[in-house]
Parts: sequence; C-alpha cells; structure tokens
Amino acid sequence: MLEYLKIFIMFARIGLFTFGGGLAMFPMFKKELVEKGGYVTEEDLIDYYSIGQCTPGIIAINVATFTGYRIKRTKGAVVATLGVVFPCLVIIMALAGVLNVFADNEMVNHAFSGVRIGVTALLANEMIGIFKKSVTNKLQLIIMIVAFVLVIGFKISSIVAVMLAGIWAVVSYLRKKK
Amino acid sequence: MIHWVLFVEFFKIGLFAIGGGPATIPFLFDLTKHYDWFSAEELANMVAVSQSTPGPVGINMATYAGFQAGGILGGCISTFSLVLPSLIIVVWVSKALRRCANNPILHEVMFTIRPVVVVLIGLACWELFKISVSNYYTAMVWVALCIMIYFYKKSPIFYIILSALLGIVLKL
Repeated sequence: MLEYLKIFIMFARIGLFTFGGGLAMFPMFKKELVEKGGYVTEEDLIDYYSIGQCTPGIIAINVATFTGYRIKRTKGAVVATLGVVFPCLVIIMALAGVLNVFADNEMVNHAFSGVRIGVTALLANEMIGIFKKSVTNKLQLIIMIVAFVLVIGFKISSIVAVMLAGIWAVVSYLRKKK
Repeated sequence: MIHWVLFVEFFKIGLFAIGGGPATIPFLFDLTKHYDWFSAEELANMVAVSQSTPGPVGINMATYAGFQAGGILGGCISTFSLVLPSLIIVVWVSKALRRCANNPILHEVMFTIRPVVVVLIGLACWELFKISVSNYYTAMVWVALCIMIYFYKKSPIFYIILSALLGIVLKL
C-alpha cells in the first residue's frame, strides 16, 4: 500500500510541475524516474515518447502509464495515471470560478512568462542528452536528418514520421535476414 | 444523466485524439455545438489559461468542461474518462512489449524511431522558445538560465520556481 502511495506522490509531483505540454515534461520525467527512482533508463523514456505519440490520448499521460506499468504492472499503471492527473484536477476545479480573473492578473502573468522561459531552458539543456542517447551511429544520424526534412520541410505529422521509421525498420530487418 | 453523457463524450475524445493535448481542442470545440456546457469563447479563454496552469492542456480542458457541466463529480468523470481509453491501450501495449522484450525486430524498430523523437522534442522546444523568448530582455534571461542549468544540476522543480520568481521580479 505504502509503495503505491509513493508512486502516486511521485507522479503527482511530475503533474504539478508540468508546464507547456507533454514533450516539455521530459526533464521532470527524467529527474524523477531515471535519476531519483532508477525505475527506467533514459532510452526507455525516449521509447515511451515514441510509442506514446502513436497511441491515443495525451502523450504525458501515456508516458506516465508506461512507466507505472514498468514499476508495478497494471496496478502501477493505474496509480501512475491517477497521480499525474490529480494536481490538474484539483487546481482547475479550484480556479474554475476565477479563471478569467486569474488569467488577467498581472503578477500571475509575469510568473508564468518566467516559467515558460525556464521550461524552454530546461528542455534545451536536455536536448544534448537526448541526442547523444538516440543518435549513436551514422544510420541514426541519417534517419534524424530525413525526419527533420520531412517534418519541417514537408509538414508531415509527427505520428506519420514515427510510423514511417517503424515500417522502414521492419522492412530493412526482413531484407537483412533473407 | 449529465454524468453519463460526460463519460461517453470524453471517452470518445480520449480514444480518438491521437498526438497529444492539442489534438483534443477541435473535439472540444465540436462539443460546444451540441451541448451548452460552455461557450466557444469560454473554451478559447480556457485554452489560453491551460498554457500557463500546470498539467497537460488536454486534461485541464476536460476538467474545466466537466466541472462547468456537472460540478465536482462532472470534473472528475470527464478527466477520468478522457484518460481511460489510453490507460487500457497503453497497459495492453506494455504487456505486448514485455512479452516480446527480446524480439530483435522490436529492438530494430525502437533503434530506428529514436532519432525521429529527437526531432519531435526539438520541435516542441523551438515552439516553446518562440512563445517565451520574444525580445532581447527575455533572451538574456533564457541564456542565463541555460548556463545555470548546465553548470548546476539542480532539480527541474528548483528552476521552475526560480524562473517564476524571476518573472515576477523582472516583470517579464
């Protein structure tokens, strides 16, 4: 029981300090789950992001569910998911009545402008590590460049980019085996 | 009755919104045409507020919509029914992944997909950068924070609180 409470609190902490959406959450996930908890590796986390991109629902939640499952199977997945949404649930309902007042408050706006800059700086710092873990040879470098061109130049959606890479991997694996 | 309708509507959104929080927004606008839980203007405001309150945007939207339509119970129901489809699917995918953890094809696929994720996270970082760093003043704060984060490996929570305080003090 205590163990589940620990998981719940860990994911609630991640949910509470998420600003700017699921992908921006990476530094929080890495700190809590890789560095402090030691439950998954950074590569695992990157993989969950790629699968979470293609499964329905919100990416941040999907990543939480994946890691929760890794820690304590199905029950862990449920507890992690509830934990990560809990802070939003409480905060939004508490603020629902005063949302417009809250959104117009000058001090609140200054604080959030600051937070957005902080989150961007955190994520930018994390990019070096993500790159080092994900691009380890020439082939992966080429894939990254192709994905960059497709997503930025040809505006294909991120789901399609992930799917294409997956299909290409299967095809090239089967050809190598022959 | 309203709670059952909330459950069904948000379960559907959770099932079909692939690609994260922003993908839920068109579905929510669609809701304003069928129900009078909240207006399109309120929703637009809420999207703006969600950018700055903690938590994924999609979850914040669901909680707000449910709360407006059916009080505290409504807020809880809409939030849980939004995450329920992905909870079921991700647990199922996790089980499948565990079963073929040693499958070489799976390793090949993950190995190939990882560089794509670098691009996606990089893109998210750039989008956030464009919103948050708009002039020389904010750019200087950004550079200063980057240098601090690089040299002092403190928790992200520390830097989020620090940057909120900086925002208030420097009137960013």
